[in-house]
Amino acid sequence: MSKQINIALIGNPNTGKTSVFNALTGLNQKVGNYPGITVEKKEGICKLPRGVKAHIIDLPGTYSLNASSLDENVVIELLLNKNDKDFPDVAVVVSDVENLKRNLLLFTQIKDLEIPTILVINMADRMKYKGISLDIEHLEQELKTKIAVISTRKNEGIDNLKLLISNYRDLSTTPCLNASEIDTDYFDKLRQAFPSQLLYKLWLVITQDVNFGKMDRNEVEALASFKTKSKSDLKRLQQKETIKRYQFINNTLKKGQTIDASQAKDLRTKFDRILTHKVWGYLIFFLILLLIFQAIYDWSTIPMDFIDGVFASLSDWVKNTLPEGAFTNLLAEGIISGLGGIVIFIPQIAFLFLFIAILEETGYMSRVVFLMDRVMRRFGLSGKSIVPLISGTACAIPAIMATRNIESWKERLITILVTPFTTCSARLPVYLIIIALVIPEGRFLGLSYQALTLMLLYLLGFGAAVISAYILNKVLKIKSKTFFVVEMPNYKLPLFKNVAITVLEKTKSFVFGAGKIILAISIILWFLASYGPGDAFNDAENIVKTEYASQNLNEEELNQKIASQKLEHSFIGIAGHAIEPVIRPLGYDWKIGIAIVSSFAAREVFVGTLATIYSVGNDDEDTIKNRMAGEVNPILGGPLFNFASGISLLLFYAFAMQCMSTLAVVKKETNTWKWPTLQLVIMTAIAYISALIAYQFLK
Amino acid sequence: MDNTLDTLKRGERAIIIDVSSHLIPLKLLEMGCLPGNSVELVQVAPFSDPLYLNINGSHLAIRKETAIHIIIEKQV
Repeated sequence: MSKQINIALIGNPNTGKTSVFNALTGLNQKVGNYPGITVEKKEGICKLPRGVKAHIIDLPGTYSLNASSLDENVVIELLLNKNDKDFPDVAVVVSDVENLKRNLLLFTQIKDLEIPTILVINMADRMKYKGISLDIEHLEQELKTKIAVISTRKNEGIDNLKLLISNYRDLSTTPCLNASEIDTDYFDKLRQAFPSQLLYKLWLVITQDVNFGKMDRNEVEALASFKTKSKSDLKRLQQKETIKRYQFINNTLKKGQTIDASQAKDLRTKFDRILTHKVWGYLIFFLILLLIFQAIYDWSTIPMDFIDGVFASLSDWVKNTLPEGAFTNLLAEGIISGLGGIVIFIPQIAFLFLFIAILEETGYMSRVVFLMDRVMRRFGLSGKSIVPLISGTACAIPAIMATRNIESWKERLITILVTPFTTCSARLPVYLIIIALVIPEGRFLGLSYQALTLMLLYLLGFGAAVISAYILNKVLKIKSKTFFVVEMPNYKLPLFKNVAITVLEKTKSFVFGAGKIILAISIILWFLASYGPGDAFNDAENIVKTEYASQNLNEEELNQKIASQKLEHSFIGIAGHAIEPVIRPLGYDWKIGIAIVSSFAAREVFVGTLATIYSVGNDDEDTIKNRMAGEVNPILGGPLFNFASGISLLLFYAFAMQCMSTLAVVKKETNTWKWPTLQLVIMTAIAYISALIAYQFLK
Repeated sequence: MDNTLDTLKRGERAIIIDVSSHLIPLKLLEMGCLPGNSVELVQVAPFSDPLYLNINGSHLAIRKETAIHIIIEKQV
């Protein structure tokens, strides 16, 4: 067996660290979670020269080893724990040639931990535009490291980086400066108290607010024969440390880096002048949002209709080809219909993730944060809340995790609480099918009524989020220090490979994650719909035959009557009837009731559930939409899905908290069941009341 | 007299003289907001908040409420 080495990729945000990761591993990567927390863990395998295999971890981006968030904490915890199975043999610090000065701060900290370290200077293709030239030899000497100058955009220098990694044993582990000089007295005492420990490691443990597993801060304090300093003293020392590091970096770069400003072409200023303009900036942002919605609605209908058709004929084919029996029915009516309900919205999810990835990759998202901060603050949110609120249109789960970089706890909590109001992609299939059923075709100013309705629903979700944020801001009595620092990265053309991998990964994990729940629920539903207690179900054939004996029905009509008698008296029919009194005022029948109940696990189950319910005992090859259009209101007559009940359903789904995974994530992020419970109760109440009002007025 | 960072006008440059470190997040210091470094106001958001700065070559945005704790000396 050849030896496998561990590599940790570390770097500031916006340095192209993930591009380096993608360049090294290709598609040989997997995304998981760190145990117990919801921080994304990206790992991959890379083949190095001489048959060495490397296991690479792409650590969350961080500006320094002083953690201020859960994501950054992951970095320190790994680097401080030699026993971790992922503890790196080599640390690869990725930096951006234009921000070398700032990027080197983190580099010098990692060197202090005496881990073999390689410095990657990325985006070398920008050097020419910015008039930057580097004296690599000098830098390598001063920084006591090996440097790989690469360009992931042009795919240059990757092989050299691989070679450097494979020669990791030659790397120096000497720190490049002596940080303990900031307070020699204090650090001497620290050294005496813990002679066996690395000094800088001790310093990190003392200064961090986070817990460090085996090496707990309290332990250091309890054992210490010296007095730890007060918090403000520590912070003053941290500032001194930072100044010292920058002095070293400035001196190093004075000789190692020359910038000829006259060569620099400044695209940033030109773009910023328009994109952060007080009028054009907002207008462009609005137009981009409009484009996204039109794309999701218009462009994805073609693949969606195709998928819908394929699943309908697949189900039909299974029924006609396989021998008749319970298994065939389960496959055709339960599993295939249920799966169709999830596969159908792959195109839209992919589109959403595509747009969000592009906005992030180009650096535009930071401009939106900048533009929106003042406005959002009025509602108790931060400019940074805009990122969760926009990515909430894909899925609330990653969106809630994206709130971690909001510095103020109150702003962050409010963002977490209101994000589920934004229209996530799981609501889309529900919206799409209902809109197609109840909103007439036709165009207004070139936009279809249906697309406009969808846009309105998105605005409604966003409005609900903002208004409830405003109320929460008034109601919640939380004092928390607020500050706001956001990096404004350079504008970049998005790298196709990065965007493609993001879209692929996110879509895949979403489909498989939701797919499992939907498949399970579809199978359960099929059983509940196919079996029932007592004579009304088991003797359905005879009951129907007796009842309609005088009416001379043909066989087909008779079969349909039998099927609906069976469904009505199946387990699910009984459950549906039981809740009917509660939902009838909203304009729903017991079948929709079942779909609503089952979609408390996940909204997207709605369409799948209706598909399963309507296909049980229905032999026709037909799409879900046509089956729903054919449903008749049992009391009032006329189509069940009319304008009033349609709007009522849309409102219900717009507001209701119907996603167990989101509740679980909120619990994890807030560390209590209090907030998810509150979300569930209040959002569902708003949903019920608004649906009730809408139906009663419109019917 | 020394000014605070929020008095800077668009396009103006200054040198950071002092930061009230207990009121300023460490993260901002680490991004280069330290005495001796240069700062330029690149852009101001509507309602003159937040401020888009170039500090020591790093481009970042901070709120006015943070900027008032950073003392600067304007450059002509």
